[in-house]
Amino acid sequence: MGSATPVDGDCGSGAVRTGNVLPLLHEIRHALQRWLDAGEPAMIDLRSIPMAPGEEDELVSLLGEGEVHARLSALGPSDIYETRFPGVWLVTHYNDNEEIMSRFIEVIDMPSILKSQTEDIRDGQERLAAQLR
Amino acid sequence: MAKHKSLLETLQHQGISRRSFLKFCASTASLMALPPAMIPAVASALEQARRPSVIWLSFQECTGCTESLTRSHSPTVEGLIFDAISLDYHHTLQAASGHAAEAARTAAMEENYGNYLVVVDGSIPTANPGYSTIAGISNRDMLLETATGAAAIISVGSCAAFGGIPHAKPNPTGAVAVSDLITDKPIINVSGCPPIPVVISGVLTHFLTFGTIPALDALGRPKAFFGQSIHDRCYRRPFYDKGLFAESFDDEGAKKGWCLYKLGCKGPTTFNACATAKWNSGTSFPIQSGHPCLGCSEPDFWDGGGFYKPLSTPTEDIAATLVYGAAAGAAAGVALGTLNHARKTRAQQAHAPVTVDDLEKGDGQ
Repeated sequence: MGSATPVDGDCGSGAVRTGNVLPLLHEIRHALQRWLDAGEPAMIDLRSIPMAPGEEDELVSLLGEGEVHARLSALGPSDIYETRFPGVWLVTHYNDNEEIMSRFIEVIDMPSILKSQTEDIRDGQERLAAQLR
Repeated sequence: MAKHKSLLETLQHQGISRRSFLKFCASTASLMALPPAMIPAVASALEQARRPSVIWLSFQECTGCTESLTRSHSPTVEGLIFDAISLDYHHTLQAASGHAAEAARTAAMEENYGNYLVVVDGSIPTANPGYSTIAGISNRDMLLETATGAAAIISVGSCAAFGGIPHAKPNPTGAVAVSDLITDKPIINVSGCPPIPVVISGVLTHFLTFGTIPALDALGRPKAFFGQSIHDRCYRRPFYDKGLFAESFDDEGAKKGWCLYKLGCKGPTTFNACATAKWNSGTSFPIQSGHPCLGCSEPDFWDGGGFYKPLSTPTEDIAATLVYGAAAGAAAGVALGTLNHARKTRAQQAHAPVTVDDLEKGDGQ
């Protein structure tokens, strides 16, 4: 059983709105301005914001999908894609059962989790060297 | 041995990449309700973290708290954390039994004196020690003995934190909370019946990460998870603000997902993370499935005057209600809202009139 199980846990979800989607979009707009002005990245943890059932999906569909889509296999999959607004990334970390562990909106030119880490590069270099020996 | 390795070394040993570690840190920061800007701090702290020894004591409880914690599918953040701690004694989960089990507890205490963590679920009977014993040792004696060398105690669940259901009137076993017996150790109350699994592991992770206890509220609960009321973070809050309430479980308001205040929701006086962390892998929480909050993370929630009575209905213990109101007001300004609301909902009093009998019950205490 995972998050894909079709459980209808919502009661009367049709009409409920927190009104948090629009303010979030404005927050993202301000963050983009800060990135352009000062190169200051921003990260928004979607778990800490109250959302009515369906509102997160609404936010995600408003942001849309842009040019880049990456999938990590690191302690379970992670989905990372640029939205149709360049510089705005949606990062979703899953565990091995594809249950969401955390979800962030990042405003940056590239989420740091995509970069190869020096420790991993060193480890890989050693493995390659050992293989060629 | 493994115990002396840092968490980073433990993860490296398992072939986990730096990138995976950073992903783990991002999810951990989110789990601990830390702002994303803290992720690098979490990473550098976790690199150094040593596996703490944990002794878990289960007293008068239903095992629901352990069930809650173990209901997450591995490997999860929680799973990794449990790889990262050394759970040396937990009589429900450990393989050893009898003398071997008790020997494990004594050994863990001796080896890590002054540094181990004690996790307690369940309340402690004081009327007669025979109500609950482990290996012939009364709960009270085991708690006092184990607590002496503890760095801190985590009271998991409302029973350990506040006495919980065993403490409910008429409290036949004389059940008390951990904090009623231990006064010389830092105690973290992780209340809830049961507590949210990520809140339990979030508190353990905080200790693991920073080696300190998190900021606590007046009831000893970590502010990161208990700093805001269910009401303030409830997605149905806009309906409360507009005065739109479900009046019964099957009326138009209930179908439209309106506020459950009039059906007895204790959200305004209940401090917990259900509304954002949610349950069952983030599927839902009681209010989302159409049921009022019972207030299970608050002291004496069982004796709060009825799960389906609105908060504005006087309970039999008026003094306690005033204390709740004051605490809520200090923390989040809820009391004022409740007062304003009381005016708006005067009509609802007609649904649950206070009778002479109700008032007399209060005097009888």
